[in-house]
Parts: sequence; C-alpha cells; structure tokens
Amino acid sequence: MSEEAQRTSPRLVVVGNGMAAGRMLEELFQRAPDKYRVTVFGAEPRVNYNRIMLSPVLAKEKSYEEIIIHDEAWYRGKGVRLHKGETVVSINRAARTVTTASGRVEAYDQLVIATGSTPIAIPVHGVTLPGVVTFRDLDDVETMIDQAKPGRRAVVIGGGLLGLEAAAGLKAHGMAVSVVHLMPTLMERQLDPSAGYLLQKAIERRGVDVFTGANTQAILGDASVTGVKLDDGRVIPADMVVMAVGIRPNARLAKEAGLDVNRGVTVDDFMRTSDPHIHAVGECVEHRGQCYGLVAPLYEMAKVVAARLCGENSAAYQGSLTSTKLKVSGIDLFSAGDFGDAENDEIVLRDPSRSVYKRVVLRDNRIVGAVLFGETEDGAWFFDLMKKQTDVGAMRDTLIFGQAYQGGSPLDPMAAVAAMPDDAEICGSNGGCKSAITSAIARDALTSLDEVRAQTKASASCGQCTTKVEALIAAALGDKYKAANRKPMCKCTDLTHEEARGLIISKKLASMPAVMQELGWKSSCGCPSCRPALNYYLLCAWPLDYKDDAQSRFVNERVHANIQKDGTFSVVPRMWGGLTTPHELRAIADVAERFRIPTVKVTGGQRIDLLGVKKEDLPAVWAELNKAGLVSGHAYAKGLRTVKTCVGKEWCRFGTQDSMGLGVKLERLLCGSWTPAKVKLAVSGCPRNCAEATVKDIGVVCVDSGFDIHIAGAAGLHVRATDLLGHVETEEEALEHVAAILQLYREEAAYLDRIYKWVEKTGLARVRAKIMEDHDARRALYARFLISQRAVRKDPWAERVAGFGAKEFTPLAVVMPIAAE
Amino acid sequence: MTYSAPDWFDIGPLEHIPQRGARIVKTARRDIAVFRTAGDDIFALENRCPHKGGPLSEGIVHGRKVACPLHNWTIDLESGAATGADRGCARSFRVKIEKGRVYLEMSVAVAP
Ligand code: SRM
Ligand SMILES: Cc1cc2nc3c(=O)[nH]c(=O)nc-3n(C[C@H](O)[C@H](O)[C@H](O)COP(=O)(O)OP(=O)(O)OC[C@H]3O[C@@H](n4cnc5c(N)ncnc54)[C@H](O)[C@@H]3O)c2cc1C
Ligand code: SF4
Ligand code: FES
Repeated sequence: MSEEAQRTSPRLVVVGNGMAAGRMLEELFQRAPDKYRVTVFGAEPRVNYNRIMLSPVLAKEKSYEEIIIHDEAWYRGKGVRLHKGETVVSINRAARTVTTASGRVEAYDQLVIATGSTPIAIPVHGVTLPGVVTFRDLDDVETMIDQAKPGRRAVVIGGGLLGLEAAAGLKAHGMAVSVVHLMPTLMERQLDPSAGYLLQKAIERRGVDVFTGANTQAILGDASVTGVKLDDGRVIPADMVVMAVGIRPNARLAKEAGLDVNRGVTVDDFMRTSDPHIHAVGECVEHRGQCYGLVAPLYEMAKVVAARLCGENSAAYQGSLTSTKLKVSGIDLFSAGDFGDAENDEIVLRDPSRSVYKRVVLRDNRIVGAVLFGETEDGAWFFDLMKKQTDVGAMRDTLIFGQAYQGGSPLDPMAAVAAMPDDAEICGSNGGCKSAITSAIARDALTSLDEVRAQTKASASCGQCTTKVEALIAAALGDKYKAANRKPMCKCTDLTHEEARGLIISKKLASMPAVMQELGWKSSCGCPSCRPALNYYLLCAWPLDYKDDAQSRFVNERVHANIQKDGTFSVVPRMWGGLTTPHELRAIADVAERFRIPTVKVTGGQRIDLLGVKKEDLPAVWAELNKAGLVSGHAYAKGLRTVKTCVGKEWCRFGTQDSMGLGVKLERLLCGSWTPAKVKLAVSGCPRNCAEATVKDIGVVCVDSGFDIHIAGAAGLHVRATDLLGHVETEEEALEHVAAILQLYREEAAYLDRIYKWVEKTGLARVRAKIMEDHDARRALYARFLISQRAVRKDPWAERVAGFGAKEFTPLAVVMPIAAE
Repeated sequence: MTYSAPDWFDIGPLEHIPQRGARIVKTARRDIAVFRTAGDDIFALENRCPHKGGPLSEGIVHGRKVACPLHNWTIDLESGAATGADRGCARSFRVKIEKGRVYLEMSVAVAP
C-alpha cells in the first residue's frame, strides 16, 4: 500500500482472528487489496489456524504447524496489523473506537465482529475444579495433551460431534474414556436413532464407554477432579472431565456496546448489525433466528461481508443448509437436512452384517434429508440433489444405491437371484453362497425355508436374505414350491412375529433401534403395527431393563382407561375375583356422583364400569378410588383382565373347593403383567361351571380331587370351548401351573394372538409337555414370571396420580372469551 | 370474506407436547389438537376425526400422520385429510415454533 493510502484510506478493524475473520479478509483482499488499512485483534496468542483440525491435533494425527491457515508472512504481505493475544474489551460506537485489555485504543471507520462462540459449562457443582477442561482452542488441546497419560481416566460430558472427537482423541493417548450423554442416542441433533445406535456401537468398539440418557448431577473432587456423579447415583471415576455440551455465540462485546443481540449478534441479509458501521460474521451472529456451529455457513457469510465492505450491494446472505460429518478415523457418518420423521416417504437401506444404514427422506419427490452410516460416499451427491431441489421421482427406485447405480434399472428379485453367479454370497451372516444353498436343496431334497435354514443356516440368523433364499428354493422346485404361508409382521420387514422375537433373544437386542438395525428393518422407525409389537417383545424379553415406549401404545394403555366413541373414557376398578365390599361400593358411588359420571354398569366381567369420564377428570377419579383401595382393572390392557369366580364351596351346596379364594389369589398373582393380547380367567367351584371357565383363556374347574386346568377358550368374535390341559391337586400347584402357562404364552405368542390362537399354532401337546410333564421347565417359567412381575408391581393409577405423565391429562392451553359472546 | 391479520397466540413450550404425541388447546369454538412429530414438526387440527368425530389427539402419531384411536383412520397432519380409501378432512390451523415456544394462529382458530 502506498504512503498516501496508508494515511488516507478508511480504517477497518476486525475483532477476533478465527476462521471467519481469516476467510473474510481473504475475500476482501481478492476484491480490493488496498481499500482499507486493516487492524486485527485476536485474543489467542497466535495466528489464524484451522480450528476444525484441532481434533486431529488432539489425536496426534496432525501438528499445530500443519493446521496454520495464515502465517506471519501472510499478514505482513497484506499489510495487516495483527495484535495477537490482545482482547478487545469495549466498543465506543459514538467515537468509533475499540479498546483492548492492554488499554490500546484503535479507531475504525468499519468494524467487523468475528468473536466466534464459547463453550457452555453446565451449572453443576465442581465445574470450576482443576481437571475440568473445554475443547475450543489450541490452549485447551495443549492442556488436554499434557494431562492425557496412559491409564488415566477421562469423562467427556456431551455425546455430540465435539464430545465424540474429544473422546476418540483422548483414547489415542491411551486414556480410559467414558462419554456421558443426556439424550437416549448420540448426536441426536444430527442423527436419527438408528444411526445413533450404530454410532454408539462403533464408539464402544473403540473401548470408549458410553452412558446415554445420563444426567450429570455433580463433578466430584476437592483439590482436583476425581469423578462424575450421575443423577441416578452412579459415579464414574475421572482424572479429567471434558465439557462438550455445546457452544454459545460470543456476543458479550456487542451487547455491551448496545447492539441488537439475541442469542447471537443479530444481522440482516447483508451481515449488518444494528449499527451501519459494524458488521458481524461467523459463529457469533444470529441470522434469521439461526446460529451456526459449522464453517460452511461462515464462508458464505464472509463473502457477503467482504462484498459489502467493497460497496457491492448485490450479494445477500440467505442462510445455509448444513451437513455433518464426524472426524473420527474409521467412523463414517453423514447427515443433512430434516429427517426426524416422515417414515412414510423415505427410502431405507440397511446391511446388518456390515453395520451400514442409509436413509433418504423425500417430500414431493425432492430430497429433504439424508442420514448415512458406514458408507458415506454418496453423502455429497444426496446433499447436492437436496440443495438443488432436484426432482428425483424418476430414479426413486435406485436412488438409495447411490450415484454409481443410476440408469441401471433394478431386476425383480427372482430374476436377480437367478442371474447371480454360483459363488455370490446370499447370506452375509452365515456365509452361505448361492451354490452351497442350491446344492443342499438338491442333495437333501429340501422343500421348505425351514429345512434350508436347518441344513445350511442360511437366513437363520437375521432373516435379511429370506426372500433371496425363498427365490432359490422356488427356482429349484419350480411350481412344486408353494411358499410356506409365512406372514411377515408388516411392510417394514420380511420376518414373522415368531422369527423377530426369537432373534431379539438370541441376538440380545435390547432397544427398538437395535432390533430395527440388526434385523434390517425397511423403515427407519417402524410403523403403527410393528412398533407396539416390538415394544411388547422387548418388554417381555428384558423386563427389568427395557424402558417402555409410551408413544408406541394405544391410548387406552397410555391413559389406563378405555376410550369411548364420544372421546370420554371408562374406568373399571378391579374387583378381585368379582368380590366387593360396602366400603368399595360406597367409594364408587361417591366418585360417580362427585364427577357426574353418566353411566354406572355391571360388566360381563363381574365388576363395575364407570362410563363417560372426562379425560381431565381421570387422575382425580383414580385418586378417589385409590383412597378406598381400588386399583386399575386393566380393562384396557393387553394383560390380565378379569378372573371371574362362582361362590363355590363357601356357600354353594355343590361347591368342591374355595373357587372365590383361588380366583382372588390368581388375580392378585397375575394382574399387571403385559401379555400379547388380553387374558381372561375364571374359576368355577364345580363342573356345573357357573363362572363359564370353559370359554376363558385359562379356566380352572374345581373337582373333589383338586383342580382341572383348561386353556384356549374364547367367547368373543370367535367362540371356542377350552381344552383340558391337566389336573393338579393343591391350590399352590394350581397357582404355579397357571402362572407358568401365562409366562409360556407371554414368551412365545405373536402380538395380538389370544391364547387360543397361540395354542392352535403351537399345539396343545407341546404346551402340555412343558407345563404338566417337564417340571423343571414349568418351575423355570414360573420363576421368570415372578421376575417380570417385579417390574410392573405398581398400580398405574397411583403412578398417574403421583404425577407420572401428568401432561397427558391437562390441555396445553385454554383460550376462553373473557365475557361470553 | 374478511381477512384479519394473523394473531399468533403463545400456547406454551414445545417440550410440553410429547414427541410422536399431541396436546389439546381448548377454545370456546372447538378443541384443537396440536401434534408434535418425531422430527419436532408441529401441526394443528380440529380435534375431531372426519369419520365419526374421534379425538385425534389420542391417536398414535407416525411420520406426518395420526391414526385415529376409534377406528384407525389415518389422517394427514399437514392437510387434515383422511388418507387411503377413506374420504373426509379435519380442519387444520396455522402453528409455528419460535425460540422453543409454540404459537397458534387464533383469529382463525376461534372463528366459526
Ligand atoms: C365393559 C364390557 C362389556 C360390559 O359392559 O359387560 C366390555 C367392553 C368392551 N369390550 Fe369386551 N367387554 C366386556 C366383556 C367381554 C366378554 C365377557 C367376559 O369377559 O367374560 C367378552 C367375551 C369373552 C372373551 O373375551 O373371550 C368380550 C369380548 C370382547 C372382544 C372379542 C375378543 C376376541 O378375541 O374375540 C373385544 C374386541 C377386542 O378385544 O379386540 C372386546 C372389546 C371390548 C371393548 C374394549 C371395545 C373397545 O376396544 O373399546 C369394550 C370397551 C368398553 C369399555 O370402555 O369399558 N370385548 N368382552 C365387559 C368388560 C369386562 C371387564 O370387566 O373387563
Ligand atoms: C474441536 C473442534 C472441531 C470442529 N470440527 C468442525 C468440523 O468438522 N466441521 C465444521 O464445519 N466445523 C467444525 N468446528 C466448528 C468451527 O471450528 C467453527 O464453526 C469456526 O471455527 C467458527 O469460526 P469463527 O471465526 O466464527 O469463530 P472462531 O474460529 O472461534 O474464532 C473466534 C476468535 O475470536 C477470538 N475472540 C473472541 N472474543 C474476542 C475479543 N473480545 N477480542 C479479540 N479476540 C476475540 C477467539 O479467541 C477466537 O480465536 C469445530 C470446532 C472445534 C472447536
Ligand atoms: S359387545 Fe361390542 S358393543 Fe358391546 S361392549 Fe363389547 S365391544 Fe362394545
Ligand atoms: S372416528 Fe376416527 S376412525 Fe372412526
């Protein structure tokens, strides 16, 4: 710049010397190298470097020198006065000067604020202890590196992009690392639960412990950090704690200068703050209500600022679409856009054996979001189609296979399999290649899927290749092959209910995303018909660990009452074995009056139904009933409904046993447990059978010598008399046998199959063998049933009264005219 | 028809509506069901199923649809229209999220 220009040209001052500032200056000098006298203040005692590369630096994959963007020579060459390690503490807009910590005052004609953002520290006890570090600049990284000794323990709070890169980096130093994350899945803002599940698996495979759904209560230690305490009481020992819960735009300076500030410094489409002489750029700004935490947007912002400083009016910033990648070597993920829901218009591709998950979400044939895990080559392509709003209707069928596949039309499965070479892998899990399977079919004259599975193990472990294997059998047998009448659960999978639940156990799948990924679901989050079923199977398989998913349940089971045609609810308290007392009846009467309940009816199940209760009254109604000792009758539940009894030996001249007593004991033993469909019992005091025990799911008929146990009756849509399962002598045996039957049904039946359907499928003889003959099996079933009951032993009404899920019952808002119209 | 400027009414924070769930807003005219999808998109429909008036707010939300609790019609949350073979439409209203709070356009919502 000439002497003359040095004195006269306008002065540009830049606060902050990070990536946005650096990029903005480059854009400026490209346009007008000499327009301004430029002064830059950077709080960090160094030149501008590539902040996103701090992760590789922490992981020892790169050195600081390698990530410098602008070295000293660059600033000299451009005639930029750079003040390193000098923090601007105030802006005087009237005088158009900035003042630094060291007291230096600098005048400006144009000011650019590029102060980035600062890490958020959660307000818990102990955040200020030595050993608690953040992950934002080189100083942080250096602190971490010299504390990171092999064998020492680090806890990273926050399972987002930053936290996971920190965890991987520290692991590379041989530390024992745990990640504590508040949400149920990692990186939930950038990934869906399926991808989050795979990510967690991949992170854990690296030897990093992951605690999801974990809320940090305090950081422990006196002199320095010793551990992290979660609000469930668990304590994770630690010598270092990394705070990576998020960032906040660094807008303090601007706020104190009286500029409009929201979460960030608010700017218009020209990156102008509320002061015409001051622009802002980078993570510190808020544009159209958006704050960004990635570099791509600030590169676009930098262009606009530079253009404005050169007096160009054309350029305007429109906001940015961003995409996410994780810089942890060996973990490939990509996500962009909006994919939270819209199960209905999405294309999903999973390969369990290779931990691959791909999902593209469409709206009106345009890509609106994409999540890729394990194979991300096509991320950029999808992102481009998304930004360009390209109509992908034409390539919809092949879209998910990526750019390389476009043009080629997909073969129909039959032809595709026929066309495969002999050594083509059919079953990824058990490595069955095509010829192995076809020759087995020929050699052993196999005719059904089950036989092939038994002989070759193909499609036996995850069912992914079922359709392919079936195609092979069909090809071999021609029209002799009638596809076994396997009925897949729903359009989301080729697996039957029985297969799916078998695999949940054998593969120890403990969550909805785990099931859907490992079993290759064709949708991202299932559908209304498979979600409730899987929810039940998981509940039944892992009674003490699995957390019930309320939103997968029908309203009746969510609010513990039955919805009526007018939207009101009915409430049916338990009357154990059909017995009641004046005290209970009085309580019911009081509730009915107090809440103006229109209909009070004796049900076909020997108890009383209060019909027409308003939803918002439900908790109060329950509270009243609870006071009198009345609990939910589960009249809504896929679970035990009623145990009807007759008076029996106590009064009836024919009675042989205490049928009322046994009925009450049975109802108390079995109530509360979830089952595939509703379960109804009855106990009759003699073969005259006044309690209709022989049309119940399980019926007990008392005889002089003891108790006949009947199963598989029904008297609903389908009327069926029970089959006699066997005879026992004592009441204790009766209780154990009935509970064992229920548990066997819980563990084996397909969701929504009543007991009679299940028995017809599995065979009475088999059930009899397990319950009446194999005593160990029965005792084991009984034991498992008692364990599962531990998890459900609370009365759902009492829970709701106590406030659990209270929001379910009150309106979000009430908007009534002050005066009636 | 007379056009009145939008009248955005703050009905509370987003997290008060369960994901894949709904809450209702009671007005003198009608109950309005405000749905929240798994992706935190929100929609508002009159809380009456076009079939037989079932309370849509009690249905299971999947994607951008809700299954009515009474007879399982599937209603599109965006348009309020019944999907598949079923015909009929629930009235829909404008809602928006700002700074984590949900706003409902009232002038229409309380109009006849
Ligand atoms: C209240 C009651 C009628 C009554 O006033 O007596 C009743 C009411 C309903 N029954 Fe029932 N059933 C009632 C006894 C019965 C009986 C008789 C019995 O239990 O001894 C049967 C035949 C026995 C059987 O189930 O095998 C019976 C067979 C059904 C069926 C057919 C089930 C089947 O598999 O065929 C349904 C439909 C279903 O469950 O899918 C059903 C469904 C229903 C539902 C839940 C319909 C619904 O989903 O809303 C009704 C709910 C009303 C409500 O809000 O309470 N109800 N229902 C009885 C409640 C019993 C109780 O105290 O819990
Ligand atoms: C570890 C890590 C990994 C990341 N990985 C990625 C990634 O993979 N992809 C991606 O897109 N983004 C990534 N980011 C985010 C990216 O680095 C930021 O979006 C980007 O650096 C923002 O640039 P900026 O200039 O707005 O803020 P910064 O780069 O933070 O620069 C702001 C500078 O201003 C200085 N400053 C603040 N106040 C003052 C003051 N009063 N006076 C003087 N100086 C001041 C600060 O010291 C800082 O040097 C990552 C960030 C980190 C920390
Ligand atoms: S018989 Fe039909 S109408 Fe009567 S209660 Fe049972 S389900 Fe309802
Ligand atoms: S009232 Fe909604 S489906 Fe019948």
